[in-house]
Amino acid sequence: MTRLGMVIDTRRCVGCQDCVVACKTENRTPEGYNRDWITYATKGRFPTLSMTIQSERCNHCDDPPCVSCCPTGASHVHPWGGVVLIDHDACIGCKACVVSCPYDARYIHPDGYADKCTFCIHRVERGQDPACVSVCPTHCMHFGDLDDPESEVSRLLASRPHHANLPEAGTGPRIFYLD
Amino acid sequence: MSPSEFVSTSHHPLADGHAWGWEIAVYLFLGGFTAGLLVLSGLARRRGPRPTGEPGFALASSGLSIVGLGAISLGMLALFLDLAHKPFVWRLYVTMEPRSPMSWGAWILLLVYPVLLTGIALDPPRALRDRVPALARLARYAEDERVRRGLGLASIAAGLALGVYTGILLSALGARPLWSSGLLGPLFLVSGLSTGAAFAHMASPLAEERHRLARLDNLLIAVELALIALYLIGLASSTEAHAEAAKLLLGGPYTAVFWVVVVGVGLVAPLAIQALTVAGRIAPTHVAPVLVLIGGIVLRFVLVFAGQASHWSRL
Repeated sequence: MTRLGMVIDTRRCVGCQDCVVACKTENRTPEGYNRDWITYATKGRFPTLSMTIQSERCNHCDDPPCVSCCPTGASHVHPWGGVVLIDHDACIGCKACVVSCPYDARYIHPDGYADKCTFCIHRVERGQDPACVSVCPTHCMHFGDLDDPESEVSRLLASRPHHANLPEAGTGPRIFYLD
Repeated sequence: MSPSEFVSTSHHPLADGHAWGWEIAVYLFLGGFTAGLLVLSGLARRRGPRPTGEPGFALASSGLSIVGLGAISLGMLALFLDLAHKPFVWRLYVTMEPRSPMSWGAWILLLVYPVLLTGIALDPPRALRDRVPALARLARYAEDERVRRGLGLASIAAGLALGVYTGILLSALGARPLWSSGLLGPLFLVSGLSTGAAFAHMASPLAEERHRLARLDNLLIAVELALIALYLIGLASSTEAHAEAAKLLLGGPYTAVFWVVVVGVGLVAPLAIQALTVAGRIAPTHVAPVLVLIGGIVLRFVLVFAGQASHWSRL
């Protein structure tokens, strides 16, 4: 089975927001809405402070609550790669998926349907990387098959300490951050 | 170590997690209220008519079925108003998603209508009976005991399904720790039964029925208080995220409205008033039932809004 996921190196990420702009350009998200974003987490007490910058988006969870709560099947898991997608014409805009996401990754598009990151499935199916990964100027983002032990993402995870966001929510997130 | 400061550039309008407004709270209240009326009228129908010469129980009359029909229809209107993609609402009824409580709910709502309409058709109000002769003929079936008991059973089943699913609807959304408790199902069911009993209490012309309903409502309120206590204990003794969620009601921003309006005005006060009424110390009034209805609706508002304010936190 192919399990598509992302590995992002927090030591290389400078928070330039190029991934955010690339996504907006590629997916033409409406003004005021974005499918990916940057977080800045500051730890410690002055003067011993450290900051972690992360590029974040839908985690395309192994057990996505947004899919199980969807009353029409509009939210679904793509048979190839396990990417979580939304069929806009089946979405009634009930917002159950928005409320069920621990990452607040979803929004309601001004046209009425729920929307979020697709891992740029239209690019991935052509053999390209997602737009955010392809533009990263520090090459901190990596995309590939987590189930293939030879893939770049699997090798990075095997060789470096890493974490995922909110694993305690129990949804099985597939975006990992190298510490 | 948890970060001491956390900043996100995600600024889309629902990024704070507040996607549901008054529509969902109103629907959950009206759905629970209708469920209560269905279960209680089902029980009354199965019990059968009183000895000849006396008027029947208000609970088994079509009047409460008409109120239930109005309430559930208003609730569904609220639900429809909440939808952001309204032209596609029919997509609910071309699929059955077994893991989605909302999908179950959509189909349960379709079961509720025939039960309510049959209740009205078998005992139509006089004005309707005089104008539509077919209804008068249909009403003759109401005298058949099997029809009456069958309708009672269908009414209880539809009411239980409707009452329980509204609670499970919230607890199945794992991202909101305040809602991740299986006790929300029974809590919403008992609250729905209590508000249904309170309304029937006001509507009944019979002193005997009012007395029975007041006693039943006291029992339901006591159970509801116990369920609320267990629910809060369960959350407070769970993980940090759940304990933080419980703090919304135990010291946080929703504490005052929850304890004063939901618990005080909506449960303890009517319990005290109805206990005195049942004991014959004070005359029965509409005060206690009205307080129960207020408590029922505010309970839904508090849980819908506080639930969305609870998060798996990164801080």
